[in-house]
Amino acid sequence: MSCFHLDNVSYRYDRSPVLTGIDLTLEPGEILGLFGHNGAGKTTCIKLILGLMTPNQGSVSVLGGHAGDPQITQHIGYLPENVMFYPQLTGREILNHFARLKGASLNQVPQLLEQVGLGDALDARTKTYSKGMRQRLGLAQALLGKPKLLMLDEPTVGLDPVATADLYRLLRELRDGGTGIVLCSHVLPGVEPYIDRAAILTNGALKAAGDLAALRRQANMPVTLSLDPANSVSALEHVIDRASGNSGLIIKTESGRLRVDVQPREKMALLNAVMRSGEVADISIHQPSLEDIYVHFIGSGGLAHRGGSQ
Amino acid sequence: MNSIWTIARKELSDSLRNRWLMAISLVFATLALGIAWFGAAASGQVGYASTPATIASLASLGIFLIPLIALLLAYDAIVGEEEGGTLLLLLTYPLSRSQLLLGKFLGHGLTLALATVIGFGVAGVAIAVLVQDVAIASLAAAMLRFIGSTVLLGWGFIALAYVISVRVSEKPIAAGLALAIWFFFVLIFDLMLLGTLVASEGQFSAELLPWLLMLNPTDIYRLLNIVAFGDSAQLSGVLSLGADLPIGAAGLWVGLVLWFAIPLVGALFLFRNRRI
Repeated sequence: MSCFHLDNVSYRYDRSPVLTGIDLTLEPGEILGLFGHNGAGKTTCIKLILGLMTPNQGSVSVLGGHAGDPQITQHIGYLPENVMFYPQLTGREILNHFARLKGASLNQVPQLLEQVGLGDALDARTKTYSKGMRQRLGLAQALLGKPKLLMLDEPTVGLDPVATADLYRLLRELRDGGTGIVLCSHVLPGVEPYIDRAAILTNGALKAAGDLAALRRQANMPVTLSLDPANSVSALEHVIDRASGNSGLIIKTESGRLRVDVQPREKMALLNAVMRSGEVADISIHQPSLEDIYVHFIGSGGLAHRGGSQ
Repeated sequence: MNSIWTIARKELSDSLRNRWLMAISLVFATLALGIAWFGAAASGQVGYASTPATIASLASLGIFLIPLIALLLAYDAIVGEEEGGTLLLLLTYPLSRSQLLLGKFLGHGLTLALATVIGFGVAGVAIAVLVQDVAIASLAAAMLRFIGSTVLLGWGFIALAYVISVRVSEKPIAAGLALAIWFFFVLIFDLMLLGTLVASEGQFSAELLPWLLMLNPTDIYRLLNIVAFGDSAQLSGVLSLGADLPIGAAGLWVGLVLWFAIPLVGALFLFRNRRI
């Protein structure tokens, strides 16, 4: 049973399309990163899965049922972007209120607040909370009743680095326990190590989806090799030129090192040649990061056009 | 049902926390006792005049106060949650929009009902104990009728406030519209009716005219509390039309119930069709 399955989903707001033809699935025990520029349709996607809206076209199934059914939403945890709470209530009162609504046991409230690091602020009114504390309370709220599907919109906003690391560790534990997790974030380097798959949205369409290796293949972006020459830079340069058949690899010298951008399929041939020549002392390989991939997919769609029309 | 009660319970504990319940009860009790003892001061005497006169004065003051309090209590029910950022989150819970609104109504309705029962109840008991020769039975009946109709009138304006609250997207606008509703039913409506009456110079259908009073819950409320004493002399202004209404007290009660049921259903309908 998938956590959710969007099948050719389209949604229009006052006739202008917000989402077009989205196919997306999340399996249990998986963390999916949902990325896109502002207004790309991430929040709409989430609202469709939460059952707050119904698509104009296509079907949404969530946890084997209908999006928005009470029996289904009971098993979904959601942290909205910029979460806000009743300022006059304490953290404990708010969590009790939401636990009752969710039909979850009240016993877990103090434990959850402890888990997100609000143990000391349990009985303080939330109007005294900082942004980070509100965010943690929002997280505790999302975790009520052990959700099978967890959707977090910008969960690390306002969190300090230690709290952020704690959050990701917690998410990994939940994932290993079989929870399906959707993570929306603009802090791409931060989430990169933790996501199993990424989905990139632009202008309401799914530009790319898959694990990072698949996305790298799809993007076909060059891999950057950083080479330390064993003897001289020119000798190493010569070796590279010959191995690549002068195919226009970009070679840059940086304080006695060489940076070479190579297409993924030519990478191993070049490496073998360099190794055999004995002209290299050290090699480091930089795969395109999530950020690079993101810019690649977004750039080829929206921004590049805007740039090109000037 | 459980989630309706969870929402209602939060509203109730909110009105305990921000002292609304206590404040309204105190205002009601003070008002009732003040009118009971000083209501006849204009005619040169201090002391309890009579039960009908007291109830009539209370009802006349009630039509200003009850709608205002009800509207203030309820105008931000939904728009407040939306501005506070909690509406979206609430709706992702296993809670339908109708359940949310009904829970709010139960909470606000109970708050107002409790304040009315406590405030006017205390006043009624004080009158029964302190006034020497008051007829307890008729006082109790009049007080029960007054409290019951006050609660229904309050619920009507709570429901009207919800109609606003589910439609608009900003709290100040909701507050402004709530005041406009108050202004219309409490001040404008009777003036318009009176104007129609005078301008038509008796041409207006004499059978239809009294029914127009049913279009205003505050008029129904006043009629209900005054007509019951069988003393039409207390009916002043447009209310004298009410003496010609062929429906009796039961009809007036039904009128008050409809006045909270119909706006409530309307608010539920509007809320369900609203885009979040």
